[in-house]
Amino acid sequence: MSDWPLWEVFVRSKGGLAHRHFGSVHAPDAEIALRHARDTYTRRMEGVSLWVVRSSDIVASDPDDAGQLFEPAADKVYRHPTFYEIPDEVKHI
Amino acid sequence: MPSLPPIRPEDVAVAEKTRPHGAFDPPSDAHDPVRAGYLMRLGDDALILGQRLSEWCGHAPSVEVDLSLANVALDLIGQATLLLNEAGDADTLAFKRDVLDFRNCWLVEQPNGDFARTMVRQLLFSTWQHMLYQRLTASRDEALAGIAAKAVKEVAYHRELAAEWVIRLGDGTEESTKRTLDGLAWCWRFVPELFEVDAEVEAAVSAGIAVDPRDFEAEYRAEITRALGEAGLPVPDDQRPILGGRRGHHSEHLGHLLAIMQYLPRTYPDAKW
Amino acid sequence: MPVNRYLTSMYTTELSKQPNVQPIGPAEDPERLAAFEARVAADEFIEPKDWMPEAYRRTLTRQISQHAHSEIVGMLPEGNWITRAPSLRRKAILLAKVQDEAGHGLYLYCAAETLGTSREEMIEALHSGKAKYSTIFNYPTLTWADIPAIGWLVDGAAIMNQVPLQRTSYGPYARAMVRVCKEESFHQRQGYEAMTSLANGTPEQKQMAQDAFNRWWWPSLMMFGPPDENSPNTAQSLRWRIKRETNDELRQKFVDITVPQAEFLGLTVPDPDLQWNEAKGGYDFGEIDWDEFYAVVRGEGPVARERITARREAWESNAWVREAAAAHEAKRRAKVAA
Repeated sequence: MSDWPLWEVFVRSKGGLAHRHFGSVHAPDAEIALRHARDTYTRRMEGVSLWVVRSSDIVASDPDDAGQLFEPAADKVYRHPTFYEIPDEVKHI
Repeated sequence: MPSLPPIRPEDVAVAEKTRPHGAFDPPSDAHDPVRAGYLMRLGDDALILGQRLSEWCGHAPSVEVDLSLANVALDLIGQATLLLNEAGDADTLAFKRDVLDFRNCWLVEQPNGDFARTMVRQLLFSTWQHMLYQRLTASRDEALAGIAAKAVKEVAYHRELAAEWVIRLGDGTEESTKRTLDGLAWCWRFVPELFEVDAEVEAAVSAGIAVDPRDFEAEYRAEITRALGEAGLPVPDDQRPILGGRRGHHSEHLGHLLAIMQYLPRTYPDAKW
Repeated sequence: MPVNRYLTSMYTTELSKQPNVQPIGPAEDPERLAAFEARVAADEFIEPKDWMPEAYRRTLTRQISQHAHSEIVGMLPEGNWITRAPSLRRKAILLAKVQDEAGHGLYLYCAAETLGTSREEMIEALHSGKAKYSTIFNYPTLTWADIPAIGWLVDGAAIMNQVPLQRTSYGPYARAMVRVCKEESFHQRQGYEAMTSLANGTPEQKQMAQDAFNRWWWPSLMMFGPPDENSPNTAQSLRWRIKRETNDELRQKFVDITVPQAEFLGLTVPDPDLQWNEAKGGYDFGEIDWDEFYAVVRGEGPVARERITARREAWESNAWVREAAAAHEAKRRAKVAA
């Protein structure tokens, strides 16, 4: 063992916004990972809240499955409000 | 004729302490040697420790730790600048005084040693500094109270960071435990100086500027005992206290630190940078 | 010619790549390759789990890790002056700047790790001399004036290289570069500001400034790498959007921007052949000493040994810290499990 495991860092930039992936740090454990994340990614007031998660705990979809995962949504146009025609006279809908 | 009750001395003391800063008070920059001397102690502690920590830059155990140590050093250099600018001109004080005029404690001027000693030193100092600054936020000196209010958040972080590292190193491997114990043995002699009260501090306490550190000595000892306990480390036996920093009587290390730190302004006294 | 093995530019681009990198391994599926090339050509981003040609992965890993190493080794010449900075303000600025470089190294190592090589492996490659880093950091910082000179010239050259990389084809690299460029913007300005103090200062300060400028000017031009005709893989890298402009284009841009800045400070560019060329709308400048360049790339820079020794020592003499923290965590987990 010579380097610590990798953690993914998520930062909430300000209240009302979701946490967003910012990058990663190496750290021996969760508490130190939070400190490393703070010391690395919020030096310029970039955040008000931090999440860290072990990189190995992230489950990701396989890009090779992108076709079957995401393309079937493409022809479901009826899921979008613009699919429906409403007469111009009708308001607030 | 009804008369007012007599004014009791204890009431005067309370009124003095709670009196808001008003138009009749002297401006905070008026030269008051008691105030300046006390600010210099605080400023010198921050400056010298900041200088020591910056020696780590580029040489830390991991890139992440390098960033952490630089953050702590930057906080301390910032505090030193604010405090010394209240005591006089920060750059002149930092770069043009010699050893005998520096007022920092022995603990902060100790060489970094290994990472364990650096973290033990940080724990011992930041815990003290945190408890002190918490109380200084109520100082009658508005400028100092303001600096303390800003710094206390920084120092709270330093204290926790140092505690977490001491726990990991104390309860890590056989080697890290030994190194942490060595660091503790090295630094422990300098703890009593943090609680030393001399005539200068007494005067600053009476003026409502300073805090008597003995007020939180028991709390400090309990907290250090707790942190060391969590690290699985025994509290060292008390050693003969090493004192003198507050009077300008330092270790040999400070002279070398100053030789490096002050080299440019001393070599080029007329230059502006 | 053996030197050809070390061709191409520095800091952000590859140093030790072989001429004629084979873009297509024998086992690679031509259909996937065509799809990949089409995506890159359409300015799409490639993400870590996407299929990519082996040569792309290899070239990128080398390029990003070399960039990361340059940031980390680059902390040393400037770090050399933190304890001696001449005012509290300069001390804080310099420490914050060198700290940024640690941050940038960190972002870049992480970006490179997404390609499947661990940071530890990359660090070991640096320490063994297998991996390269920007040769400019193998020159010593002699006087305080070297600090402003590095900020102004070296960071200036680096920014010129880095800005286009915010649109590089590999997503994690591009995102790291966006962050790096945002943070770097103060580095060059603080350098120029500090240089201004020297240039307007005492005779000794002016002399110090000119001396530093003389020593850093040519190495800064070398940072863009060998001339395009000796940079065999530029075409490939441009096609893959790992590189966005050629070495010579960037170098010319740097000279054109920097010369007037030097004149404003009253500094003399140490190049008797420098002259404005109205027809091309840029400066003509003297021949770079390529022998010096290749010598430094081979690891013969004046303080190359000091740099690597310092890095190796920081890593090895502190291995016990990393081990201790990991051991503590293992104990804690065992306790929780029990």
